[in-house]
Amino acid sequence: MSFEILLSNAAALVVVVPLLGGAIAMLLGSSRLAWSWSLICALATFSLSLVLLSGVLSGENISYEMGAWVSPLGILFEIDALNVLLITLVSAMGLLALLYGLPTIDQEIDRHKHAMFFGTFLICVAGLIGVSITGDAFNVFVFLEVSSISTYVLVAMGSKQNRQALTASFNYLILGTIGATFFVIGVGLLYMATGTLNMVDISRVLAETGSDRVVRAAFAFIVIGLGLKIAMFPLHTWLPNAYSFSPSMIGVFLASTATKVALYMLIRFLYTVFSAGQSFETAMFDYVLAPMAVTAMIVCSVQASFQSDVRRLLAYSSVAQIGYMLLGLSMGTVAGLAAGLIHLFNHALMKGALFMAVGIAGLGLGVVRISEMRGLGKTMPLTAAGLTIAGLSLMGVPLTAGFISKYYLVIAALENGWWWAVVAIVVSSVLAIFYVGRMIEVMYLQEPPKTADDAVVTVRSPILPLVALYVLVIANVWFFFDPSLPMGLANTAANELIGGAGS
Amino acid sequence: MMTGLYVVISTGNLVKKLVGIGLFQTSVFQLYISLSKVRGAQPPIIEKPAKYGDAVKSAGEKSAETVTDLLAKIPEVTALDPASVYDPLMGVAYSNPLPHVLILTAIVVGVATLAVGLALVVRIREAYGTIEEDAIDDAEYKAEVNAS
Repeated sequence: MSFEILLSNAAALVVVVPLLGGAIAMLLGSSRLAWSWSLICALATFSLSLVLLSGVLSGENISYEMGAWVSPLGILFEIDALNVLLITLVSAMGLLALLYGLPTIDQEIDRHKHAMFFGTFLICVAGLIGVSITGDAFNVFVFLEVSSISTYVLVAMGSKQNRQALTASFNYLILGTIGATFFVIGVGLLYMATGTLNMVDISRVLAETGSDRVVRAAFAFIVIGLGLKIAMFPLHTWLPNAYSFSPSMIGVFLASTATKVALYMLIRFLYTVFSAGQSFETAMFDYVLAPMAVTAMIVCSVQASFQSDVRRLLAYSSVAQIGYMLLGLSMGTVAGLAAGLIHLFNHALMKGALFMAVGIAGLGLGVVRISEMRGLGKTMPLTAAGLTIAGLSLMGVPLTAGFISKYYLVIAALENGWWWAVVAIVVSSVLAIFYVGRMIEVMYLQEPPKTADDAVVTVRSPILPLVALYVLVIANVWFFFDPSLPMGLANTAANELIGGAGS
Repeated sequence: MMTGLYVVISTGNLVKKLVGIGLFQTSVFQLYISLSKVRGAQPPIIEKPAKYGDAVKSAGEKSAETVTDLLAKIPEVTALDPASVYDPLMGVAYSNPLPHVLILTAIVVGVATLAVGLALVVRIREAYGTIEEDAIDDAEYKAEVNAS
């Protein structure tokens, strides 16, 4: 097989490699072998996604016809500026999470389950990439469930540490399945109204025929179904438990990718399928999405401030941050959508880094609660520094990527005349100072726990997790100074989505 | 559909919740199947000696055919060649086979979800000794109180 065939089929391989690789990893049996194999697969997936990224950056959108069935009949994989960002993000986070995972997994999961665990993880990666890449509405459901079912399993793997992982996973399963089924109902109604499943084709038919009640019902079902997967504010109850009781590697991966991919799907449906500007859609933006986003930003930040479990705190903060992204896309303007997308990207970086840092602290000192983090600045200085930088990014302090996305979000809100949204962003950021500040205060200003002979316990962190952590921390700072990559893609994507709908 | 959803929400028994999910999903499957039915139409089975026609081949070929070309061929697939049709009723209209295929996939997904769900219930029973949601909450609360 020549190299060129490999490249021209990159769009298919980026899903196939982790999917088959996952199945093979399960057969390998030995923990180290399965891990190395998964790492190779993740690396291959990441390089393939870079191939796609460079293809899109050179200005060409890629479409790939599965099995060479022509467009509206067959399943089409479409890659443009919007989803190439997601594909790269998911594959990069998959790779980093694997790098990070080895020592933590040794501690958290029984050895004989490792091969299965890594296999399931790769399948989850494949599902998430599949959701982002496909241009077929029903195919989305299939990949969404591939990723969700493997996620339920992965979350439940945390049960060795804490049996609550089981109930958390079960609740996630129930709510996730309801969400997916709602989504299927919506897709079915759309199919009833348009007679096609290809997203571009649906939007073409809808533009010709206009909307009727069936289409509006489909719209509602799809938004609610995806809302459950995104953890949109009132539908977020599964998220904090699922994130905080899962193995820390899975916490890292889920927090930075799973909800983002579902959010991408919502953007796809709102802007590509139901072309923006239809009256029921703008009504939903103004009266449902934007208020919910603002409520999420404030209420969940307050909830985060009152958590004593570090990972629960981060999980609640995730729901609040999802509010920012929803706010961005509910503005319905190019600037707003682009700001939402940039925040999606940056939030993945910072939350990934935060969950990693907390996981490393948990590995060394068994930290679960904030009070147990005292003196971390002395006992694990590198980890504490990483956590601080990522935390500052979460607050949106200048010199970190978080500042960029909040800045653009505020600008976009002002352009739209949504002063209340700006107030909400500021209030939520102040609350973020409270909950991040609490961690920083405990880490640096309180004395570390002493051993019997009054010496400070210093813990050497394992090297691989630290490498992964610092890749993300550096990315957090890097994308403040050079935000051209995510910004360029986000702007192109927003222009394509909104411009395409308007013309 | 709503009965299933109601069962999921109302019951505290985890297995019953899964039954509710199953009911909910199955009714969605029926929704799909019902929308594939064309009144007075044949089931989508071609009653013709297996002779894989030109239309199938040309659709499978890697070709630069435009969409309209291919769509123009679809009537040939469904209507068939009148001379070679055995049944006089054939070639009139078929029910839409696509939703059936979709639901086949969805059934597989549903089975997988149910399997994972039941496996989780087994593990929950091992960990807590109960499958009632209230009892689990009680156990958690007691554990929390004892710890602090």
